[in-house]
Amino acid sequence: MYTSFNRLSDDLKSGKITAIDVVKHYLKEIEKKKHLNAFLEVFTDDALAQAAVIDKKINEGSAGKLAGMVIGIKDNICYKGHKVSGASKILEGFESLYHATVVDRLLKEDAIIIGRLNCDEFAMGGSNENSAYGNALNPIQEDKVPGGSSGGSAVAVTAGLCIATLGSDTGGSIRQPASFCGNVGLKPTYGRVSRWGLLAYASSFDQIGPFANSVEDIALLMEVIAGKDDKDNTASHQAIEQYTQFDTTKKYKIGVPKDLLSGEGIDKEVFSFYTSFIDDLKSKGHEVEEFSFPYFDYMVPTYYILTTAEASSNLARYDGAHYGYRSPNATDIESTYVLSRSEGFGEEVKRRIMLGTYVLSAGYYDAYYSKAQKVRRVLKEKTEEVLQKVDFILTPTTPTTAFKIGENISDPVSMYLQDIFTVYANLVGCPAISLPLGNHSNGLPFGMQIMGKHFAEKEILSFSKSLDNAS
Amino acid sequence: MKITKETVDQVATLAKLSFTDTEKEKIQQDLSKIIDFVEKINEIDTDGVEPLTHINESVNVLREDEAIETLTQEEALKNAPQKDSDYFKIPKVLNK
Repeated sequence: MYTSFNRLSDDLKSGKITAIDVVKHYLKEIEKKKHLNAFLEVFTDDALAQAAVIDKKINEGSAGKLAGMVIGIKDNICYKGHKVSGASKILEGFESLYHATVVDRLLKEDAIIIGRLNCDEFAMGGSNENSAYGNALNPIQEDKVPGGSSGGSAVAVTAGLCIATLGSDTGGSIRQPASFCGNVGLKPTYGRVSRWGLLAYASSFDQIGPFANSVEDIALLMEVIAGKDDKDNTASHQAIEQYTQFDTTKKYKIGVPKDLLSGEGIDKEVFSFYTSFIDDLKSKGHEVEEFSFPYFDYMVPTYYILTTAEASSNLARYDGAHYGYRSPNATDIESTYVLSRSEGFGEEVKRRIMLGTYVLSAGYYDAYYSKAQKVRRVLKEKTEEVLQKVDFILTPTTPTTAFKIGENISDPVSMYLQDIFTVYANLVGCPAISLPLGNHSNGLPFGMQIMGKHFAEKEILSFSKSLDNAS
Repeated sequence: MKITKETVDQVATLAKLSFTDTEKEKIQQDLSKIIDFVEKINEIDTDGVEPLTHINESVNVLREDEAIETLTQEEALKNAPQKDSDYFKIPKVLNK
């Protein structure tokens, strides 16, 4: 079948295949690979109905630029009239009352949304093991995690269950699973894509972004989903660019953090691939500059203080009163809140709400929350200094390949350290992509991460496209 | 820093969460461990640094203040765990 949209689009236009054929194909694949637990719900009837409409539009020559692109969405993105749960029991049965802006834009360009995808509960986790609906399996080795939190989104693309997917990325939740499953995942600049209709986790970090098998499809999706939005004041008014017009000839200045070059904490093969990749870039005519950035050890701690604080506030809305789960044991208003929340949220979500409440509480606010906000400014300013001298900062996406299911679940800190390279982009608001360039002798893929200046999506995508085997 | 049992209780009250004794022990251990881990940020000198509260540059984005109906009452009540025709219903707040 089709691994990317370009060829499919041509075949749809020439009548070689219909959108209904395409949807039927994916429905069959989803059924066949059900055990991967990638989809929490498949929108079978709606997808088929939508395909029929699109076939008609293709015949009439009025189809949008994503006509026939079959897309899955992470289960934290609202699609009117469809369930959305954040893979949490607390939202069981909840139905979206409106479209997320990204969904609205996909549908306007005639994409077909085939279902909602498994993830860690409220996007909190790096392995998809925190889903209330069971973990998704890595399609390359099924005893391994697919990564998270957008695990299902990465699985669906690699396993050929749809052409592309949307995920969300707060500290690596798109790039880490893309690395673990071997596909392309982009976290846009903070504010490049509207967050309207995304279940909020940490609002100053969250961004929606695409997964696909090719850089072209990522670029095409960005042209559709990015841009200002009256419903999200943090969505930037800066004009979006023609991301699909790649300039693959340009030579760039690539920054490499010296502090990583000891290889400490990085899998040997991932590290040796990274260093030979750097040499390879030099031989292709790019300039590589090493710079000192002694802050990596502080990123994950800063990230956890700030995101849990924001989460504790964002998740206060789940109160058992207005929507979602209400405990049958509630007898008054206080027990409605306390029991509904305690029974409805999973362990990791409660842990993060507790940590966030603690760092915001009287007596600790200055020592933790405010201190972390100051450190975030230091990180952002130091990074801006670096990005004045180089175009991109290159790191591995993840220090290792996908780990075994259950391996890190009992130790939150070791799980959090998986995010060491990815949280960086969210802390400083920069765009970053994971490209599936590496193959480990253990049979698993791993990604290289390219981070650029704010709103440098076009440069990142052009550079990515120029790295031949990336697509 | 060691998180005490009392702190766990106090934070749980603020967060509107309750835990069994076994859960409490686990969360006490986890929080202590995570706090030890995040305290590393104190090594960074932030004297004179302002806290960063907004990650992008855009300042006030203004629009006309126009009244529009975003949700009907029926839609707003659609996902309520309990409701009547006009209101969300919750368990009794005051007992006579």
